[in-house]
Amino acid sequence: MNSQGGIVVNKKGVHFRIKEITSDLAQFRDLSITIGAINQERWDEPMGPTPFPSLTTLRPWDQKLLSRYKPFYLPFCDLCCLCTYGKCDLTGTKRGACGISMPAQQSRTVLITACIGAATHISHSRELLTYVIERAGRDCPINVGGVGVEVEAPITRLVTGIKPETLGDLEPVLDYCENQVTQLLAVTHTGQEGNNLDFESKIFHAGMIDHLGMEVADIAQVSALGFPRAEPETPLADMGLGTVDTSKPVILVIGHNVPPAAAIIDYLRDNGMSSSVEVTGICCTALDLTRYSDKAKIIGPISWQLRYIRSGVPDVIVVDEQCVRTDTLQEAAHIRTPLIATSEKNCLGLPDRTADPVDDIVEGFVNGSVPGALILDTKKVGEVAARVAAAIAPKRKKHSALPTSHQLAEWAKKCTQCMLCRHACPNDLPVAQAVKAAAGGNLSLLDELYDDCLGCGRCEPACTQKIPIHSLIVAAADRKTREESYCIRTGRGAIQDVEIRKVGGPIVLGEIPGVVAFVGCANYPKGSREVAEMCMEFARRRYIVCTSGCSAMSAGMYRNEDGKTAYEQYPGGFEAGGIVNVGSCVSNAHIAGAAIKIASIFAKRPLRGNYEEIADYVHNRVGAVGVAWGAMSQKAAAIAAGFWRLGIPVVVGPHGTKYRRMLLGRADKDADWFVTDARTGESVYGGPVPEHLFFAAETKEEAMVMIAKLTMRPNDTSKGRANKLANYIDLHKRLVGGIPPDVFRLVRTQADIPLTMKDEIVMHLEEHGWKEGTIPDPTLLPRMIHKKKV
Amino acid sequence: MPLNESWQTAEIPGPKKASLIIKPDIADAMIRRAKRPIMIVGHGILEYEVEGNYLIDCLIELAKKAKIPIVVSASTNKEFLARGYEPAAIMTAIDISNRLTDTEWKGLDGKDSYDLAIFVGLPYSMEWTILSGLKHFAPGVKTMTLDCVYQPNASWSFPNSTIKDWAANLKGIVTNLGD
Repeated sequence: MNSQGGIVVNKKGVHFRIKEITSDLAQFRDLSITIGAINQERWDEPMGPTPFPSLTTLRPWDQKLLSRYKPFYLPFCDLCCLCTYGKCDLTGTKRGACGISMPAQQSRTVLITACIGAATHISHSRELLTYVIERAGRDCPINVGGVGVEVEAPITRLVTGIKPETLGDLEPVLDYCENQVTQLLAVTHTGQEGNNLDFESKIFHAGMIDHLGMEVADIAQVSALGFPRAEPETPLADMGLGTVDTSKPVILVIGHNVPPAAAIIDYLRDNGMSSSVEVTGICCTALDLTRYSDKAKIIGPISWQLRYIRSGVPDVIVVDEQCVRTDTLQEAAHIRTPLIATSEKNCLGLPDRTADPVDDIVEGFVNGSVPGALILDTKKVGEVAARVAAAIAPKRKKHSALPTSHQLAEWAKKCTQCMLCRHACPNDLPVAQAVKAAAGGNLSLLDELYDDCLGCGRCEPACTQKIPIHSLIVAAADRKTREESYCIRTGRGAIQDVEIRKVGGPIVLGEIPGVVAFVGCANYPKGSREVAEMCMEFARRRYIVCTSGCSAMSAGMYRNEDGKTAYEQYPGGFEAGGIVNVGSCVSNAHIAGAAIKIASIFAKRPLRGNYEEIADYVHNRVGAVGVAWGAMSQKAAAIAAGFWRLGIPVVVGPHGTKYRRMLLGRADKDADWFVTDARTGESVYGGPVPEHLFFAAETKEEAMVMIAKLTMRPNDTSKGRANKLANYIDLHKRLVGGIPPDVFRLVRTQADIPLTMKDEIVMHLEEHGWKEGTIPDPTLLPRMIHKKKV
Repeated sequence: MPLNESWQTAEIPGPKKASLIIKPDIADAMIRRAKRPIMIVGHGILEYEVEGNYLIDCLIELAKKAKIPIVVSASTNKEFLARGYEPAAIMTAIDISNRLTDTEWKGLDGKDSYDLAIFVGLPYSMEWTILSGLKHFAPGVKTMTLDCVYQPNASWSFPNSTIKDWAANLKGIVTNLGD
């Protein structure tokens, strides 16, 4: 098929359109073939130009972004080890045996990463959708917010042109996602794509597809499992090790796919056991379980796995998929707790007991003859977990793997101060010093490490004396862990249309200085507390703060002087000064969805299959910034890529440089910052805003200043720009020192200058020879010009 | 631990690794040889104090003697200002490093490209990846780290050393520059 053809997928059907094809046998023109169901049109909005975009449909848009935000490569390895030609040394300008260059190899690796992330979300989404269709039926209506949410699936509508009404309508969306990820992964094979920027465009495509998959997952579970439906003030859920009633049997669920955990809640409820068994969770399954039941408790983010398991509190561990430690079975064995694996993607080498009688499985677990089992029947998981927890708890007596204070000191005395623990620590924590102090009876240094420890446990295999260092840290922080008692606002899901209508204007005009979304994992450089501090700082400054995933937990794991968490201090509405927990990882789609809905609902831009125009609007007008302070996973990379294609900048912590490249603008190159004024068609200087698309900050302080700067957009009104500048300058003065050196690039007219800072800014502008500019009606798309240039 | 092994386990780059600065004279010679050096100072430098002396003071002295412009990242600026020293620029480590890969960039003063970039005080893994970026994409810029840990992606790096030895090395460089 030649490049003039196209494929449209509608409701389980596929439509091929071939403009011209020539072969040895014949030549066809305008050939049209439809396979599958007939498209039942139920949406009167005209179809936009790019429904179901292929790998290259949005390439021109990506190229516009990439011409401004160029990759700054940070190779994590100088070699390519992907094929048997290699290893190939790609240092500097060297090329590999296949001809690949270092820039292309780095972008290729990012694409592989984004594909892994997207595939994981899409696979999760497929599993969830299959589950909820079995439970509620294919005709179950989609309901993510009742009458408050008319645009129920903004990403789906935007990307595919489908307006889903039932769970069944979501299936072709996932068909498309699966198809695209397969094609994207094929791009990374040896001898395929060779240009770094084409790899980058495909990374953006993977990100967009990832967001689509996430949206399907969350609207499916919200619609069918009774989760909160876009309610601003969802209930507060208990969070922290200290909230667990350890006198009861305790079940721990870990992962991201909630059905097995929900089945546990169902079984306990149906059998009158809800008040006698604690159900606790780590990572996104925990977040989603609190959306399902007010009985569930969150222990903490991904980094709490080792510390909680080793505490001995869980009597049964149930793992599903994603971000589950792969040594959980071994860890569980140390505390004599049985483990149930529930996902085909995470079998852990366990025997498949799905078809076995429940009584047999329970007996094996309780008598200790079986350390774990794979059970692929969700309902059966619920019954087995509940019954085993109740039966085994009296026998286990919360058997802990943590040392007593005497054992701790004895272990510490074995330390030879070889420093290998510190060399293994991703955060370069002074572990050996702390162990040395503990050997002398001073546990305070170990206790201090607890706050900054990632919980990865890399220090332990590094130790030549086999000291269980992580356990020493957790044991030394015993008081802290017992006092970990916080709360989190339950994930609300989507943002209501009425909220968008209220804040759309103030956001686009800049009167609400920005939307800052704290998302992603817990690979923090200095502990969870920094996320809470950043959330509260921006909420106090009247930004709209969104949270999701592990970051949503971290935001709540800090109490102020009055003993209140961020969620108790700030409202949960999508409003100035709100802290909005949308939910788990897949709920990130609602944050992107809110930006899209601002373009669609507030600005009334056509949504259906109209990606470029909406992205152009979001990039130039919606002051949104994503912050993944502890981004660790491939999923985080895919999520970020989805925001990049919408032109939304993402800030990561210092570990984020390991994602192999940044996407940076050059504020000093004026030519890079011209936009088209849609009113006149003139090319005008729009200023270096937003300055970067992907940026790693060295410290929390640097991140906060950068976040404030990245919320600026060419479209800001003077009042809005003055508000954004006031926040940026104030944060810079407080955290960095002095007026920012680039204010002259960000002030377009005298009216942009914040009144309270006028004198010093005027002086700064004079020093830099500043000249008054204009405020454009900005676009990067020539077709958006209202009046063509004569 | 071997002197020229990455401070963090498994941070192994590839065939091209930093030469060791085994004595201050080497660093001193590199600085003297450079036509356009620049120093990038991260927040980590604020943590170090040896026998009552803050190492940031040593860097200021070094910069003054060698006439090296200092770029400060994160919140390091405040400490320099508190000591009456105004850095040449406040910039993020990512931004300044990105500019260093641009062969057409004429430096902070608009006069010419830099030929030596000296890094100190960034988080280890962040500095590791930034130096990797410069190793591959800034062929005209030699890099040197003044940290007390080995950075394999630099052109020259101190070996892994104690804080005390490190401080002595830095003082040694400053003393030599004063000759």
